[in-house]
Amino acid sequence: MGVREGRTLSSADDERETARNEILLEAAIRKRYAGSPGSSFSLDVRFAVPAGFTILFGRSGAGKTTTLEAIAGLVKPDAGKILLEERLVYDSASRVNVDVSHRGVGYVFQDSALFPHLTVERNIRYGLRGVPEIERKKRVGEILESFRIGALALRLPRVISAGERQRVALARSLVTRPDILLLDEPLAALDAPAKSRIVEDLRAWNRVRRIPILYVTHSREEVFALGERVLVIERGRIVAEGLPQDVLEAPREETVAQLAGFENIFDARIAALHEEAGTMTCLLNPGAIEIEAPLARVETGAAVRVGIRAGDVLLATEPPRGLSARNVIEGTIEAIEERDFRVLARVNCGATFAVLLTPAARRSLGLAAGQRVWLIVKTHSCHLLRPAAQD
Amino acid sequence: MNWQALELTLRLSCLTAAILIVLALPVAYWVAYSRRRWKFLVQALASLPLVMPPTVLGFYVLVAFGSSSPLGRLWQHWTGHTLAFTFAGLVVGSVFYSFPFAVQPLVNSFLAIDPKLIDASRVLGASRLATFFRVILPLSASGVATAIALTFAHTFGEFGVVLMVGGDIPGVTRTISIDVFDQVQAGNYAAANVTSLVLLAVSFLILAAIYAWNRRAWPRAPWA
Repeated sequence: MGVREGRTLSSADDERETARNEILLEAAIRKRYAGSPGSSFSLDVRFAVPAGFTILFGRSGAGKTTTLEAIAGLVKPDAGKILLEERLVYDSASRVNVDVSHRGVGYVFQDSALFPHLTVERNIRYGLRGVPEIERKKRVGEILESFRIGALALRLPRVISAGERQRVALARSLVTRPDILLLDEPLAALDAPAKSRIVEDLRAWNRVRRIPILYVTHSREEVFALGERVLVIERGRIVAEGLPQDVLEAPREETVAQLAGFENIFDARIAALHEEAGTMTCLLNPGAIEIEAPLARVETGAAVRVGIRAGDVLLATEPPRGLSARNVIEGTIEAIEERDFRVLARVNCGATFAVLLTPAARRSLGLAAGQRVWLIVKTHSCHLLRPAAQD
Repeated sequence: MNWQALELTLRLSCLTAAILIVLALPVAYWVAYSRRRWKFLVQALASLPLVMPPTVLGFYVLVAFGSSSPLGRLWQHWTGHTLAFTFAGLVVGSVFYSFPFAVQPLVNSFLAIDPKLIDASRVLGASRLATFFRVILPLSASGVATAIALTFAHTFGEFGVVLMVGGDIPGVTRTISIDVFDQVQAGNYAAANVTSLVLLAVSFLILAAIYAWNRRAWPRAPWA
């Protein structure tokens, strides 16, 4: 078996290792899966990932795993280009397609994929064939310590816990000194404390190495917990990128809106533009409710989607007067339920709105199902979302 | 008890099992992992000896290696004699006859391995060949054991192919099953009884060993 290029470690290599700049991953990937009509899937993404954590967020089926597999070389794109720093690992134009075993990529699977017949230590040594024994021992020792799994070295994967297995899987990838680390929902099955301890150890490790870490998740909580740069993927396209708070502040895409907690998303049509007032009238699709939203660059008659956070909706038991809010909608409480100190009311106004209240507000208003109420929504709480691309 | 026949049968079974495991590993790997459209044809071909009468299979081996076929002439050129009625002929016939018994357990074992483990190995820098020897084969230990034991046992008790290809030459092609046939033909029921019992016992021991081994084999994902 060949030694990976640039992977035999010597003292000269160690110097290069410390002197090296941060690695940048640049990827443009196009891949089409033809299924029966309607089930075909096309991925078309283009992004750059700097050193440090980047989260690839999207719901299942959005193309997250295919993107990782294409970067790793487990899946061959139809077209595109993948660059790791200056190293071209895939280019359809010049027919470059570096084999998966020579890409220098670290990949951690959701279920760890440890070799069940090998001990923890031998799992970690797996990718170090061709590295001199002394160097190999040193590296394995270091990584066992960094990830606090030294005590498990001689155990088999089946007798250690799920969290420990993921630590071993991480160590097994990182010990080969990859140029990039791809994590496919690696911590999805773990509880929050175990998760954050592993992430802390990974961050500590990467403060020295400075490689890009692409972290795939479909969990909104994980995005906020990690709080790093996020790429939002939807139906095979990158629809937003930036820091979570920036992406979420003005969500224009539905996946982003769901990420930001927009419980109310409606199909709507632009009924009228009021340029002097800075607003426009949207007609919500089921229910024909008129909503005033901030003026945007759309044409009258255009189909749009409007997102409203459940926490941005006020609720009154009498018709309100003297309000600055432009939108007052009459409706009936369909259901009301309390969970974790939050009260969620479903109000039917023709369309169903989710409204978030405090238990105190519920008690003082004496809210119950069947009651007549008025919803109040500020113009600026109505966010125009770009409808999901139909392809 | 015809010890010569027993020795010959054991030799034939060992040799057949050894040849088959070498031949079947690459074929099973291909059947398990190939995405070719015409894979089904290879699968059907590899399973054909299961449904063919041994006499038919033996007949074709005779024809294929007869002095009028190119293959037979090549064999004659190399060895100086025809394949029919020789020990080598028995081996060739047995290899064909037991082929599915070697391939199928291996295919099943390969397919039971989590494909993620193969991906993980490749990402860690291992070539396809290295992945085969370091991950696939160790995790298929039970399949390999089953394949060896089944081909051994199947060859041990075979009759039709041996009779067609090898005939009944003591010390050369007379196996236990043929010996039993001869003894019955000669009305020598006591001798047939002893030989049959030996055949039965050896077959049972082999099958028991397979199942004992498989009981403690690696499950696919021990923690899942």
